[in-house]
Amino acid sequence: MSATAGGPRPVGSPLGGPQGGAARNTEPHQRRTAVTPSHGAGAGGQAVQFRADFDLIASWVQPGERVLDLGCGDGSLLKRLIEERGAKGYGVELEDASVLAAIANDINVIQGDLEQGLAGFDDGTFNHVVLSRTLQTVRHTERILGEMLRVGREAVVSFPNFAYWKNRLAVMGGRMPVSEDLPYEWFDTPNLRFFTLLDFEALCAKMGFVIRERRVLDEAGRLVLEEPNFLGSLAVYRLGR
Amino acid sequence: MSGIGIVSAQCAHFTQPLHLKGGGVLPAFDLVYETYGTLNAARSNAILVCHALSGHHHLAGRTADEFGKPTANVGWWDNIIGPGRPLDTERFFIVGVNNLGGCHGSTGPGSVNPATAKPWGADFPVVTVEDWVDSQARLADRLGIESWAAVMGGSLGGMQALQWTLSYPDRVRHALVIAAAPKLSAENIAFNDVARQAILTDPDFHGGHFYEHGVRPLRGLRLARMLGHITYLSDDQMAEKFGRRLRVGAGSYGFDVEFEIESYLRYQGDKFAGVFDANTYLRMTKALDYFDPALDFDDDLVRALARARAKFLVVAFSTDWRFTPARSREIVHALVHNGQAVAYAEIDSAHGHDSFLMDEPHYHAVVDTYLQRVKL
Repeated sequence: MSATAGGPRPVGSPLGGPQGGAARNTEPHQRRTAVTPSHGAGAGGQAVQFRADFDLIASWVQPGERVLDLGCGDGSLLKRLIEERGAKGYGVELEDASVLAAIANDINVIQGDLEQGLAGFDDGTFNHVVLSRTLQTVRHTERILGEMLRVGREAVVSFPNFAYWKNRLAVMGGRMPVSEDLPYEWFDTPNLRFFTLLDFEALCAKMGFVIRERRVLDEAGRLVLEEPNFLGSLAVYRLGR
Repeated sequence: MSGIGIVSAQCAHFTQPLHLKGGGVLPAFDLVYETYGTLNAARSNAILVCHALSGHHHLAGRTADEFGKPTANVGWWDNIIGPGRPLDTERFFIVGVNNLGGCHGSTGPGSVNPATAKPWGADFPVVTVEDWVDSQARLADRLGIESWAAVMGGSLGGMQALQWTLSYPDRVRHALVIAAAPKLSAENIAFNDVARQAILTDPDFHGGHFYEHGVRPLRGLRLARMLGHITYLSDDQMAEKFGRRLRVGAGSYGFDVEFEIESYLRYQGDKFAGVFDANTYLRMTKALDYFDPALDFDDDLVRALARARAKFLVVAFSTDWRFTPARSREIVHALVHNGQAVAYAEIDSAHGHDSFLMDEPHYHAVVDTYLQRVKL
């Protein structure tokens, strides 16, 4: 590896280490938490191996509660919530392969496009509506957030923090960041929106949402307690009205 | 693929009167059916497949000629039923039944009315989806099937699957409701009525008693089918399949068959009119029109479906404009509201309403995957 070729790329991968652009792109482990372009978080056969936000979400769901997981992929989170928490789960997913995988997992999966909103779901149907690592891929950001808090009493949103220090460093070094929680290259990323904790909280304030709880994780999934907008790679929020 | 080979129909005769939703009573009736696969010892692996408007009990395999050789008469849903297919006959016991009022062997308008010793004709009562389900339940009793592993159907067949979960909540564990709707729209009823008017105004219809006159209202039935067929296809598919192609050379500026689509529709109309019964067509379309499980619940589908205990797979097709995906989603959302189990797949398909009969890989994969998780 040459420091001059790629520069000091802060990809933050504990396995691959900083590499040149081409080499990084072939690192399969970097995509394990990737979302598909169509909200298929954890889609396909790549079942979730490491989803630190799932632990948090599972701890927030009480037995018997109703959960809607938007972009449910193969239904891994719902399966866990059903099996561990006795929740009643439904998922929305667009990708054919993920819908198939969710059906195989015995998940109540409803094929549909989040960009169309959640028309048809009645107000207040769910205790929690989850959008895990998908908000950054959604075009109609405000609409989907509004819809989540229409059909659910609580919205649970997780997303990669663009202001994470390694991401900042990457941009400082002149390159777009590629990291555990932002695992794509700029030219093939499904992500449409790049935002930070502060950006998201400003939007919540604008939309009149109450932030009930915020947990911020580093790349290893450890809880970040100080300087979250700098030290946090992934943020998980509980929102209400 | 080899499929299930030669099949033959059976007939069950029922002597207990069947009280119909419309008020009539059938004193006795026959149901013609076919079965494929083997009913297991626990009688837990049975799937009932309900047919749509023009369907019947011959779902899969081929019928035999008088020498026992297979004919070209392949069942209408052969592509989904058989060893290794989504409705796997190695695992499931599949039942197909011709509905009451049909014209393929079960008691219908062409059958002899015991009261008059003449064909029922116009006097055969209008039967409803609920009546069909009641009669199918009698067949289930006869076959020793206490509860179906699944009841499945497309279009009008899907409505029967849905009705099963409401009429007999404890007797159906899974309902596969495909290319269906919780009720017809005004536009749908309008199409059906034009089709009926074509039949009713055919001079050979004779008020439904054409059997006695030795004629059949072929023109009306043909028109009805042509109209129906248009609504089963998609605009894109018609454009691709026929476009504006002329049959021979340039247009003659007359009214003969010129465009390929005209030729195709007339062929379909003729083929259908040759084998189908006009009185049956009238009744099948009426059953469609009347189906509305929410009617008794102030049009509240949520409450109407609340008593279902089955798990649901609902499937719709992107280009189906007769029963659009939005109509299937009405069913899905009512079930979600009630906290009932449902999976919903929306299949990209070019074939319009007829897609449910097609061998679309993702569609069949969805049905296959869903049925594999059905516990026996």
